[in-house]
Amino acid sequence: MPGEMDEIVAEFLVESYESLDRLDRDLLALERDPHSREVLASTFRTMHTIKGTCGFLGFAKLERIAHAAENLLAGLRDGSLSITPQTAGVLLATGDVLRLILRQIETNGTDGEDDHDALVEDLGKLRGAPTGARPSAPPAAEARPPATQPAPAGPGRRFGFRGAVIDTTVRVDVNVLDRLMTLVGELVLARNQLAALASDRTDPSLASAAQSVDRITAELQEGVMKTRLQPIRTAWATLPRVARDLAVALDKRVRIETDGDDTELDRSIIEAIKDPLTHIVRNAVDHGIEGPEARIAAGKPEEGVVLVRAYHEGGQVTIEVADDGAGIDLNAVRAKAVELASVTPEQAKRMSEREAIDLLFLPGFSTADHVTTVSGRGVGMDVVRTNIERVGGSIDLSSSRGVGTTFKIRIPLTLAIIPVLIATSRDERFAIPQATLLELVDVVTGSIEILHEVPVYRLRDRLLPVVSLARELQLGGDDEGSSAGRFLVVLQADDRRFGLLVDGLSDPSEIVVKPLGPHLHGLEAFAGATILGDGRVGLILDVVGLAARAGVVGDVHERLDAERTDDPPEDVQALLVFADAAGGRMAVPLDLVDRLEEFPRAVVERSGLDLALPYGDRILPLVPLHELLVERRRAPRHAGEDMPAELQVLVHRRGEDLVGLVVGRIIDIVEQPLELQPAGRPGVTGTMFVQGRITEILDLPGLLEMREERRRLDISASAGAAS
Amino acid sequence: MKQLATFSVDGRFLGVDVARVREVLRPQELTRVPLAPPQIAGLINLRGEIVTAFDLRVTLGRVLRGRDERPMNVVVTTEHGPVSMLVDDVSDVLHVDENAIERPPSTLRGSARGLILGAYKLEGRLLLELDLDAVIANTSPWGIDAEVDDR
Repeated sequence: MPGEMDEIVAEFLVESYESLDRLDRDLLALERDPHSREVLASTFRTMHTIKGTCGFLGFAKLERIAHAAENLLAGLRDGSLSITPQTAGVLLATGDVLRLILRQIETNGTDGEDDHDALVEDLGKLRGAPTGARPSAPPAAEARPPATQPAPAGPGRRFGFRGAVIDTTVRVDVNVLDRLMTLVGELVLARNQLAALASDRTDPSLASAAQSVDRITAELQEGVMKTRLQPIRTAWATLPRVARDLAVALDKRVRIETDGDDTELDRSIIEAIKDPLTHIVRNAVDHGIEGPEARIAAGKPEEGVVLVRAYHEGGQVTIEVADDGAGIDLNAVRAKAVELASVTPEQAKRMSEREAIDLLFLPGFSTADHVTTVSGRGVGMDVVRTNIERVGGSIDLSSSRGVGTTFKIRIPLTLAIIPVLIATSRDERFAIPQATLLELVDVVTGSIEILHEVPVYRLRDRLLPVVSLARELQLGGDDEGSSAGRFLVVLQADDRRFGLLVDGLSDPSEIVVKPLGPHLHGLEAFAGATILGDGRVGLILDVVGLAARAGVVGDVHERLDAERTDDPPEDVQALLVFADAAGGRMAVPLDLVDRLEEFPRAVVERSGLDLALPYGDRILPLVPLHELLVERRRAPRHAGEDMPAELQVLVHRRGEDLVGLVVGRIIDIVEQPLELQPAGRPGVTGTMFVQGRITEILDLPGLLEMREERRRLDISASAGAAS
Repeated sequence: MKQLATFSVDGRFLGVDVARVREVLRPQELTRVPLAPPQIAGLINLRGEIVTAFDLRVTLGRVLRGRDERPMNVVVTTEHGPVSMLVDDVSDVLHVDENAIERPPSTLRGSARGLILGAYKLEGRLLLELDLDAVIANTSPWGIDAEVDDR
């Protein structure tokens, strides 16, 4: 902890020195142009930041001066005061005093003994002067000498100035780092080409030189990347303080919890999200968390919690701000939108929850009855969204009445080198970030099924929604036509998994992520672009965006989940165990079985190869088990001739239709976790021990699909033979 | 006097302020961007920089480029970095008198009119000065659909 504190203090010192330099420049600029709102706002912000941080670090004297100066600057900014040479003089003197104190902090860690009362008084006097009037010259003129006097101008001290902090850190223009990064990216490409050349020749010295270049490039790349990374805690270090102050002002009790403090992000992104993050947390404390009485009445702990967490997900960094407050009253939002004439009452009524939430991001939208002095100072959620989108990110919020509100910010990887897998689809190459990749599956023709009009693949015991890259990106061509040698790339988007169907895969490689131009920002399917090994441009897939585009997230999966809600927890599965005619033990998941029935053989009707029987008000087609299992299939010369007198039938529902599966004997229903061994034959999901005996778990839908396929072929073959 | 870098697109003679032109490149390997608006032909690798290429045939032309017609790249600077304009042929840099600029010919219709700053009458032909920023910001391709011949 002390080390971390030192780090924060060191950063504060570096930043404050810089801020004070800027303040000097701004003040000088104001003397020339006293009405520049931009510069006035900048001076205020600078002082405000210094005040906030030193308050957080416990430098009370420093804070007191900064506070007095901030008040004066606020008056200037608001136009209630106007800047005079005297004001500027006192403010400049304030800057000098602040530098002195910073120096003191740097040498002995405290902000000193001197209270600088005279200076604070001067600052107060200047502010206290009647609106717009020039402050009387004498106090301001006097202010300067006492303020600057404490500056010991001894030569030794001058050299010590900033020493410790500056010695170990160099502040580098981000543009320089950007340029370095680009160059490293090009070096990576050149190295790849060199490696290819070297492998074509048999010159050992060339090979070893290429190897050295390879190693050095890798290290250089890592080093340059590291220079740009900062832990995200630098962006949210001030949040606890912000929340505390706000909570105190509002008579609330709020605690900030953080998670993933060490998640590293590109420096420029950290800068860009600082303000939006602060704004969101302010909002959460101000509008989200209820007062203590309301919380107790709602059965919640008195103290509200705002959880801020960051993590890598799907090749992006996700930052979540979740409060356990009252949630958003969407009806109030709708009403407000109507009041602001953003929408008509009819539109408001028809609006979905999603659309209503989107209203919060409209420019100038604020539920005015909620605006307090602390948040909602004219900066709305629209600005937050704009700032995040400027760095290519997105923001989303979900809210549940009485439970809380969660903001989710997704920041893409820009300017980073990431490992990817290059996939091809219709001869075009796309980079898939490895971070999103779970596994690769070589897809057998026909193994992709359609469930509720959505293509799915059975990956072990789970249904995996399938997204065809070619179809999603409208690359043309026909998926069904080119099923040979295709791959399913199993990807994780948010908390959902899906399989991306591609034509081919090549070796993993490292690429430099480059942002797409603003003309292409609307394309959610791509996270950026890169230069591939052969010098051509390749697009990087945005897995989350692609999933959203394909409707995987929150669509297919919900339906799949709905099917699984009956499952007991911990993947325990109810299995119906039965034997085939030869006594082999098999099982199917019980939820695939609608009913168990027993029929006398006499009611079965035959029509050619088909067996069926009347079942309620419809016909139940029957399928003998051996007909499903290819290697046990016999020539069905006389269908059903070998059936026992009493038929045991599993009734299975396929969409609208029912199918009766004729099995040898029903054994039992068991509940146990699926621990499958891979199966050696098609139509079998796997084998496992049930009641101590090896049992095959059948892929019933798959088997029925395969049977139909065979029959189609049989029919077309016989039709072909007949003509 | 003003200098315009000139080029042709589908038989039209066009120019842009030479100060905006960064370089002119031979036909480049293009990576097309699925789902992008049609006027965006794809991305090119400009010495490690990824540059979006706009096909002026789509924005301004009446006939699309054939498969084996390889366009030239006129790389121009914009506030968002360089952008390439795909054109049929590149010609000289011409001096024009800024005061001689005329309104876009009335025969230009549709949104194409908004993409032209004005016209200069040269010997025997009309030089149209392109409004680069409008071309890049233009979100409606085929803007020239309803246009009649301007010669």
